Parts: sequence; structure tokens; C-alpha cells
Amino acid sequence: MKYLDEYRDAEGVRTIAAAIARITTKPWMLMEVCGGQTHAIIKFGIDALLPEGVTLLHGPGCPVCVTPVGIIDQALEIAGRPGVIFCSFGDMLRVPGTRRDLFAVKAEGADVRMVYSPLDALQLARKHPDKEVVFFAVGFETTAPANAMSVYQAAQEGIRNFSLLVSHVLVPPAMEALLSSPDNRVQGFLAAGHVCAIAGCEPYIPLARNYKVPIVVTGFEPIDVLRGIHLCIRQLEEGRAECENAYPRAVRHEGNPAAMDMVAEVFTVIDRKWRGMGEISRSGLGLAPRYADYDAVRKFNPASDDVPESPVCISGLVLQGLKKPHECPAFGNRCTPEKPLGATMVSNEGACAAYYRYRKS
Amino acid sequence: MCLAIPGQLQSISGDEGYRRSGRVSFGGVIREVNLAYVPQAKVGDYVMVHVGFALSVVDAEEAAQVFDYLKQMDELNELHEGTPP
Ligand code: SF4
Repeated sequence: MKYLDEYRDAEGVRTIAAAIARITTKPWMLMEVCGGQTHAIIKFGIDALLPEGVTLLHGPGCPVCVTPVGIIDQALEIAGRPGVIFCSFGDMLRVPGTRRDLFAVKAEGADVRMVYSPLDALQLARKHPDKEVVFFAVGFETTAPANAMSVYQAAQEGIRNFSLLVSHVLVPPAMEALLSSPDNRVQGFLAAGHVCAIAGCEPYIPLARNYKVPIVVTGFEPIDVLRGIHLCIRQLEEGRAECENAYPRAVRHEGNPAAMDMVAEVFTVIDRKWRGMGEISRSGLGLAPRYADYDAVRKFNPASDDVPESPVCISGLVLQGLKKPHECPAFGNRCTPEKPLGATMVSNEGACAAYYRYRKS
Repeated sequence: MCLAIPGQLQSISGDEGYRRSGRVSFGGVIREVNLAYVPQAKVGDYVMVHVGFALSVVDAEEAAQVFDYLKQMDELNELHEGTPP
């Protein structure tokens, strides 16, 4: 497919890998923020092409992984109510709560549906005025405009049997939390390309300057990822720390203003708890007060327990780039994608699941 | 989760504003996509699509640049290795 296949070209991959080897004189620790990038790196073996001493740390950029167990439990409770059609993206369905997952609730008779877009969930609300349709709104900046639009359209049309269970998170505050930690090992970031397609490059300029770390906006195909690594190492070797865009075919510096306006209309910035990382101030989105009627938590008032995480799981350290998945004693034995113990094994884009899938041996 | 894939805009329908939508082809597979966030998109453009929404229009000039970049890298690599035999 155009704009995909040419960025997987083996010759091009070798060329950039050689260019990286040529300019690298020191060991460097880079972090790719986005789980989609982690997946591509492990799948295509990009880390194996890098010079010795250059390490890729896998970041917290998987919204499925960082959704707290307490919110999953709320989803399960709401989905089990009579008269509810509970809609979610496919990758949330098998994320375990304290005792079960959405698939299990569905097997017990609940109406749980996988949708491709939040607008599909809204369409169900139009079609079934006698039911309450709830959409599990999970995601980063990339997904927020779509979810915001579903609420905006519902309000415009006066649809009342539609609501969101919101667990939206924002990337720059998590990067700042990592950088300001005394344990931080990250020397340069590959920023998440599609997050920047919405929110632009601006938020990373003060981060790069204040923490003296290069931040390179990076795409998802092998050549894109390697290009991001090349520009990031070039900055490190030259002693620069700037925000640079290595994915300009999809990302404008200013992002997408129309999408950001809609997000600002429907959502408001709030503090959020990240699974494995704890609460981070101003790191998430909740519905703005004027759209409170579309808040599933207000509508259904589900119990919200602070659920402790598995004591053996080190996914918090994995999410922060402090440990690699195979350093966890449970990896691949007690913890597998079928029976995940922690955040980073539950989604395809979690580092533990990517290692399990492509590097079991 | 933040996966967005490029597809070519085949036709535009729907009203203006937040209901603007169009048919997008992903290597022959057609999907209806909301275009509210890419008011500048024209038929024939490639758009990055995520959960049924176009997030941005692919900039063809910037996309072509990657090949200049690769060529440049290639030349620098060769220079560094000395004249190839
Ligand atoms: S392998 Fe499982 S238990 Fe270990 S860190 Fe990863 S998710 Fe947690």
C-alpha cells in the first residue's frame, strides 16, 4: 500500500542503520514513547540493527496498558447492568479486571459489543432508544477527537441514551513524570507520531529545553523509526536537545487545530491515575461539566475500588523503561497474553506482550 | 491503539462541518471515514485514518523527501567507507 510499503524497504533500512552506526560514538539510552512503535521495533527486530551500547527503552505509550484495574472493574459492572449495550474497541475486551474481563461478562449474557469507531456506538444509541449505550473511551490525544465527536453529535441531536466511560490519558505529562524521576535513564525520546498529528510539536519544545533531552517526533514503519533514532542520536552526539519532526508527512508543527478545538469543547484536563505509574497531575481528560450528562460514571454510579496490582508484576518498572520484560520472574510462565498478570502483557502493544509474541525463546 | 493508516480519498459526501465524510480506499478496501478534522482534504488526497476519522492529510512533498534523505545517507555512508571497489 502506498505510504506504507516503501517505508519497509530492506535496502533503506540497511542504509539508515549504517548511518546510525557511522555517527554513534557513545552508548545512548533512547525511549520510544508509543506502544505501536514498541510493537514495530520488536516485530521487525530494529533494536538488533543498532550499534552496541544504544538501548531502546519501551515507554508508557499504550493506553490499554495504563488504564487502571479500578476503571476496568467499573466497565465490567456497567456492562453487566440490564438494558445496557456496552461498546469498546477490541483491545479492551480481554483486559482483566480484578476477577474477569469483558468477554466473560458477555458470555454471562451481557450485551458487549466491539466497535471500530465511537460513531458506531452512537449509531447503536440511535437505533436502540430503549437501551443505554455506553462507550469505553480509552486512548491518547490521537483518539480523543473521535471520542469527543461522538459526544458532540449526541448533544447536537439530543440523544440521551449514550454515555462514555472515560479513561483518556495525555502523553507529555507522563514524559515529564519520567524525566523528573531520580531514576530516569532516558537520554532522548522518540515521540509518538500520531499523538503529535493531533496535538502538534509545541508541547515538546519546553520539555526538550528544560530537561535537556532531544525529542524526535517519529512514525511507525521501520524506516520511520530508524530515521527518528538517527536524528535523535545525531542531536545527542552534537550536544543538542531540541524538538525535531522526523514524520512530517503526517505531522504538522501546529498539529490539527480543528481536532484540538473539538477536544477542548467536550473534554477538560484532569489528574489521572496510570496503571503501573500512579497518579500524574493534569495527565488525562474527563468530560467537561457541560457534557456531564454523557458521563457513564455519573449515570451508573459504579463502585470504584482502589485495586492493588499483582505483587510479582514489575510492569510499572517496565512502563518507565527501568526493566525489560524478560527480567520479570513471571514473564512467559505465570504471566502470558492468555493469562496476563499486569498492564504490559494485556495489550498487543504492551512491551511484555510484544516480547512474548516475537522473542519467547 | 494509536494506529493510523493511510488511505486514498475517493469521494466526499455528508454535509459540511462535523458531519462531513467520505469514502477512503485502503489498498482497495473501502471505508466511510469522518472528514470533519481535515476540511482541506480533496478527492485523490491520502489521509491518515484512525478509528473512523481522518487525522491529517499526507503531505506528498514531505513523503517524497524521505528518498532524498536515504540517498543522502547512502552517499555519506559510502564516503565514510572510502571508494567502493
Ligand atoms: S511479564 Fe507479566 S507480571 Fe511480569 S512485568 Fe510483564 S505484565 Fe507484569
